[in-house]
Amino acid sequence: MSFTDPDRPSRQIGRALPRSASRRLAQGRGRFASDITLPRMVHAAFVRSPHAHAELGAIALDAARAMPGIVGVFDAAAIDPWCTPWVGTLTHLAGLKSAPQYPLARGRVRFHGEPVAMVLATSRAEAEDAAEQITVDYQPLPPVVDALAALAPDAVPIHPELGDNLAFERRIEAGDIAAAMAMADEIITLDFDFARHTGVTLEPRAVVADWNEGEQRLTVHAGTQVPHMLQDIYALHFGLAAHQVRVLAPDVGGSFGIKIHIYPDEMAAIAASRALRRPVRFVADRLESFIGDIHARGHQVRAQIGVTRAGDITFFDVDDLTGIGPYSAYPRTSAVEANQVINLIGGPYAVANYRARARVVFQTKAMMSQYRAVGHPIATTVTEALVDAAARRIGVDPVTLRRRNLIADDAYPCQSASGMRFEALSHHGCLEKLHAMMGYDALRAEQAALRARGVRRGIGIASFIEITNPGAAFYGVGGAHISAQEGATIRLDAAGHVVLQAGVTEQGQGTETILAQIAAEALGLAPEQVLVRLGDTDSTPYGGGTWASRGAGVGGEAAWQAAHALRGQLLTLAASLLQADPSRLDLRNGQITDDDGTARMALADLARIAHFRPDTLPPGIVPELAATRHHVPRDYPFAFTNGVQGSLVEIDTETGFITLLRHWVVEDCGTIINPLLVDEQIRGGVVQGLGAALFEACRYDAEGQMTNATMADYLVPMAAEMPDIEIGHVCTPTAETALGAKGAGEAGTAAAAAAVLNAVNDALAPDAALLTALPLTPARVLAALGVIG
Amino acid sequence: MKSAAFDYVRAGSVAEAIARLAADPFGTKLLAGGQSLLPALNLRLSAPALLVDIARLPELAGITLTGTTLRIGAGCTHASLLTAPEIARHAPLIAEALAHVAHPAIRSRGTLGGSLANADPAAELPAVMLALDATMIIEGPSGTRHIKATDFFTGMFETALAADEILIALEIPIRTQRSGFAELARRHGDYAIIGLAATMTADATRLAFFAGGPTAQLAQRAAGALGTGPLNHERIAAACTALAQDLPAHDDPEASASMRLHLARVLLRRVITPWINPSIRTPITA
Amino acid sequence: MKPITLTINGETIRATVPPRLHLADFLRDQCGLTGTHLGCEHGVCGACTIRLDGAIVRSCLVLAVQADDTIIETIEGVTDSGEARALQAAFAARNALQCGYCTPGMVITALDFLATAPDPCDRSAIRAHLSGNYCRCTGYEAIIDAIAMVGGQ
Ligand SMILES: Cc1cc2nc3c(=O)[nH]c(=O)nc-3n(C[C@H](O)[C@H](O)[C@H](O)COP(=O)(O)OP(=O)(O)OC[C@H]3O[C@@H](n4cnc5c(N)ncnc54)[C@H](O)[C@@H]3O)c2cc1C
Ligand code: FES
Ligand code: FES
Repeated sequence: MSFTDPDRPSRQIGRALPRSASRRLAQGRGRFASDITLPRMVHAAFVRSPHAHAELGAIALDAARAMPGIVGVFDAAAIDPWCTPWVGTLTHLAGLKSAPQYPLARGRVRFHGEPVAMVLATSRAEAEDAAEQITVDYQPLPPVVDALAALAPDAVPIHPELGDNLAFERRIEAGDIAAAMAMADEIITLDFDFARHTGVTLEPRAVVADWNEGEQRLTVHAGTQVPHMLQDIYALHFGLAAHQVRVLAPDVGGSFGIKIHIYPDEMAAIAASRALRRPVRFVADRLESFIGDIHARGHQVRAQIGVTRAGDITFFDVDDLTGIGPYSAYPRTSAVEANQVINLIGGPYAVANYRARARVVFQTKAMMSQYRAVGHPIATTVTEALVDAAARRIGVDPVTLRRRNLIADDAYPCQSASGMRFEALSHHGCLEKLHAMMGYDALRAEQAALRARGVRRGIGIASFIEITNPGAAFYGVGGAHISAQEGATIRLDAAGHVVLQAGVTEQGQGTETILAQIAAEALGLAPEQVLVRLGDTDSTPYGGGTWASRGAGVGGEAAWQAAHALRGQLLTLAASLLQADPSRLDLRNGQITDDDGTARMALADLARIAHFRPDTLPPGIVPELAATRHHVPRDYPFAFTNGVQGSLVEIDTETGFITLLRHWVVEDCGTIINPLLVDEQIRGGVVQGLGAALFEACRYDAEGQMTNATMADYLVPMAAEMPDIEIGHVCTPTAETALGAKGAGEAGTAAAAAAVLNAVNDALAPDAALLTALPLTPARVLAALGVIG
Repeated sequence: MKSAAFDYVRAGSVAEAIARLAADPFGTKLLAGGQSLLPALNLRLSAPALLVDIARLPELAGITLTGTTLRIGAGCTHASLLTAPEIARHAPLIAEALAHVAHPAIRSRGTLGGSLANADPAAELPAVMLALDATMIIEGPSGTRHIKATDFFTGMFETALAADEILIALEIPIRTQRSGFAELARRHGDYAIIGLAATMTADATRLAFFAGGPTAQLAQRAAGALGTGPLNHERIAAACTALAQDLPAHDDPEASASMRLHLARVLLRRVITPWINPSIRTPITA
Repeated sequence: MKPITLTINGETIRATVPPRLHLADFLRDQCGLTGTHLGCEHGVCGACTIRLDGAIVRSCLVLAVQADDTIIETIEGVTDSGEARALQAAFAARNALQCGYCTPGMVITALDFLATAPDPCDRSAIRAHLSGNYCRCTGYEAIIDAIAMVGGQ
C-alpha cells in the first residue's frame, strides 16, 4: 500500500483535515480535569517548604484543624499509612541511585516547594487559609545549589545514606580519539550553559481523585498523558489491584512531558481521597507549578570538535553535567535526559570518533526529568554550535561544512558513533530543501549589504535527529511498567459506523483525528464516521499513552492493523452474502464494492443484517464485528527522524536585543498522516525552542530559592516576539510498519534554539563575539560584544 | 492562589471613601482598576481587611480642558486615555507611553490613578507625569492638596499619599513642547528594563527615566548638560556622560547597573537626536 | 457575603458571593461556565479573558462583587449568539488550537481586535493585540492566520 498515491480510493491518510475536537474546544466546551466537580468534593492545598534544605521539626496542625471548612489535615505521619514510597531508578541505567520519596516530606525537606503538609477543605480558598495556620519548625541545612559544587568532596550529601551526590554517570568512547585529535588541524573547545526550564502548561497539573468505599474502587480524573501507567502505579502504591483503579484523562490543557511523572502532591491528594472516603480535587496553582512541576534542561557542557583544513570533522568530545534536584523522578528517572544528550551529540554527522561523559547530580532544587524533546535541544545546540565554530575557524560557509560531513543519504542503515541505529535518514535532502526555501545565497548577499549599512543580521542552520517511536528499550527493559506497545480496538456499530478505542492519548496533538483518518482509510469510511475514544483505563486497550512522539507511529499502526482486521472480517461477511470472492471486494465510501469500485451493498446494510438479522446469514457464518490489534516497534529501538532548521535574526548591537525575523524547518517524519497537524506540531515545538533561545530560565538564588516563580518573571514566548515559521518536508517512511509513520512532536523543539544561537553568533562574528549560554539575553549579548563588563 | 478574605464596599463618593480610609488607614485599601492590587491579593502578598472600590466614582472620571491645563481624572482607564482626543492633542506622550503598558484586557481596567499611586519603579506613567510636569490633586480628611509630580514619587512603591488620602486627578500644563518616549522591554507589554519619557520646551528639558532605580526620576544633570537653545551631538554626548550622576546604581537579574546606564544612554540618544533637526516632526503640543 | 445582580450571556443572574471571590471562579464554579479558564490567576496568561460591559478584561483580576450591575459575556455567550462563529470556524480550519485551553481567551481577544482594528488583517497588529494571551501549544502563527482570515472576510 502506498500512501503517496493521491488518487487511490478512500484516501484519508495524508489529508490536511481539521481536528474533530476543535469546534468543541473553541466553543469553550472542553472538559478539563480542573473543570470536574463531584458531589462532596473537597479541595487540597499544601504547605510547602520555604527552604531548599532543612531538618523538619515539629509540625503544628491543630490551628488549621480549627479553621472553617476544614475536612482533613495531613502531615507525613498521617499520610504514610495510605501510600508507600517510590524510588526513581531503572536497571538499564546502570548505577543510577536515588532515595525513597514520600507524598509529604519526612524528616528533611530537600527543595524549595517540597510539600510538607496538606489541608483539605470545602473550597480551595479555605484550604489555603488553613494552610497558612500551620507552623513548621525548620532547622536549615546548607543548600546544595550548584551542580559542580554538589560533587565537591566536602559537599553536603543530600541523602547521607547514598554517600555522595553523584546519581549517575555514563561514559562513551568510540573510535580513536587520540588519532582524531592528531588528525585535526583545528580543535575548538566551547563551554555551554543551558538554563533550567519548566513546561508551563497553560492548564496546571490537576487531579480529581474519587475513592468509592462501597465499590472499593479508586477513580482518578487526571490531566495526564499516561493513564495506564498511572493505573499501575496507583495500584502499587495505594495497595490496590490494578482493576480497582480507573484513570480517566479528560481534555488536557497542555502536557509536553510534564504530565507523565509521579508528583508527591498528587499522590497525597489521592491518598487523602481514600482516607476521607470522598472526592478530592488538587489543581496546582501557577506558583505551585513553577516550584513543583518537573524542570528540565539545566546542563553545563564542555565540548570539543576537531576539524581538518579540508573540512572533515574528526571527532566530538563532550562532558555533560546536570543537576536534577534531590530525587530521580519516578518512574522514568532523571538520568534519561543526560543519557540522551550524550547519545545524540554528533548524531547527524559521519564522524566515528566520539568521547562523552555525562554526570547527573543531586542538588537541593526542584526535580528535573523529561520535558518535550528530552535532551535533544542540548545535544543539537552543542553539536551545531561546534560545527559552526569549526566552519568559522577554517573559513568555510556552515552549509558547505554540513554538506561535507552529514551522513550521506544513501549510507543507511548505519549507526552513530554513540551506537544509535539509523534505518533511513535524509540529512542532505532536508538541507538542500531548506537551502532553497531560505533563499540562502540571497540572504547571505542581503546580510552583507545590510552589514555595510550598520544593520546586523545573522543566519543560522541546525541539523538534527529526533528519537521517535521508542520500543521497550526506553523504559521497559529497565523494569518500568511503562507500556511500549499500543493497543487499538475497533468495532462496527449497527449503523455501519465504527468506534475506535486506543491506548494513546490526546493533549491537542490531534491523536483522535489521525486515528480516525487511519481507520477511515482502511474501512472506506469518512473520518466523521469513526468515533475515537481514548483516555480511560476501564475501556481502552492497554497502552503507554502519548510521549516521545509515538502517537502516530505506534498508536497509529495499532489502529491501522485493527482496522485492517475488521476490514477483513467485513469483506468475508459481505462475500458470503454476495456470494463473491472476498479478495475481489473493497470498502469505499461506506459501500461494499467490487474491486473496480462498483457498489454492491451499503456497509450500513451489512451492519444492519449482522446486528438485527443474523438469521438471514448463510449457515455457519458468525459475524465478527470487532478487532483488537497491538503494535510495538521491534526492529529498531527507536525510529529516528531528522531535519534541519534555519533562523534569521537581527541584533541591535547597542541594546543587545535580538529580533527573530524568520524561521524555517524541513523535517522528515516518514508518512505524513495529516500535514495540517504535523505542521502545527512543528510550529508549536519551534516556539518552545525559541523560548529557550531567548527567554526561559528558572532562576535560583544562592539559598536555593526559585526567584522567578510567576508568569510575570518566568518569560515564556508570546505572540508579538515570535516569527512566522515556514515548513517543508522530506518523506522517508519507516519500513518497519505498514503506515511508515514516524514521530514529529519534538522536531521543532529539538533544533530551534540551536539555529537561533548559530544565527546570533553569525551576526556577531565580525566582532569576534561568541555566545554559548542560553537564553540569549540582552545582558549576555552586550557582554559578549564587550559593551558592558 | 486565592486571596485571603476581606470585606468590600463600593464607595458612593470621595468623601465616603476618605472616611472609610480614615477609620482604619492601614487595614483598608482603595480598589481602582485592580490590575496591580488583585494580583498581589491573589498571591497573598497583601491582606487588607477592607477594600473600598472607587472605580465608579464620577468625581474621578473625565478629562477637562481649562485654559492652559489639562485635568485628567484619576479614575480614567488606560484604554480611555489611549483613544481620548484631548490626550492625542495636548499630551500625546501619555498615549505613546500607554501603548507599552500591559495588554488590552489590562488597559481596559487599569487606571491612571492606580498606576501613579502604585508607583512601580518600572511603570511608564509616573515618568510621563514627571516629564509633563504634572501636578497631583489629592484629597484627604483635611481637604485638598496639590503636589508636583517631582515630589510625589518618594521611593519604591512609595508616594507622598498618606494612608487616608486619595489621588483625585492630575493637571498637566499645556505647553509648546516636543515629547518623546522609548523603552526597552523583553516582550511587548512587559515592564521595561529601562525607559525614558522626555519633553523639551524653549527653556527646559525634562528627561524622566523609569526602571532605572527605586522610582521614576528626572535626570537633572543630563538635562542640564543638554542646556537650552539649538541641540547638537556634543551636547547629547555630554548629557549621556552626565547621566552617570543621575541614575542610581540599580542591579537586578535582567540588567546590572552598568548595563542600565548604558541602555539609558542609548535611549537618551535615540529620543533626543532627532530633535537636533528642527524639521523632523516629533509631537509638538500646545 | 455580598449580593450581586448582573447579566451573564444575556441572562440576569442574582447571586451572593464572598468579596474575595474573583469573577473567573464565580463564572466557573457558581455559574458552570467552565469555558473561562484559569492559567495563572495573576493577570499574565489571558486564559480567563472575558467581556465586561463590552471591554475585554481578565476575569481573574476582577472581583465578582465588582461585577455587580455589569454585563458579562463569556465564550459560551459569544458562541450561542453566533458572534464568534466565523472565528471559531477559522480556528478549527487553520488548526489554531491544540489543547484548546487558551482558545476561549484567544477568541474573545480576537473578537475585540476585529471590532477595533483599523486593519484587521495586519499581522503585527494582531500579534500586538494578542501579546497578553499565552499559548504553549501552537506557536501562535496559526492563530494569527485564523484571525487574519476572518479579518479579510
Ligand atoms: C500582566 C500585567 C502587566 C502589566 N504591565 C504593566 C506595564 O508594563 N506598565 C505599567 O505601568 N503597568 C503595568 N501593569 C499594571 C497596570 O498598569 C495597573 O493598571 C496599574 O499599575 C494599577 O492601576 P489600577 O487602577 O489597576 O490600580 P489598583 O490595582 O486598583 O490599585 C493599585 C494601588 O493603588 C492604590 N490606588 C488606586 N487608585 C488610587 C487612587 N485614586 N488614590 C490613591 N490610591 C489609589 C490602590 O489602593 C492600590 O494600592 C500590568 C499589570 C498586569 C496585571
Ligand atoms: S488566569 Fe487570568 S490572566 Fe491568567
Ligand atoms: S492550544 Fe494549548 S495553550 Fe493554546
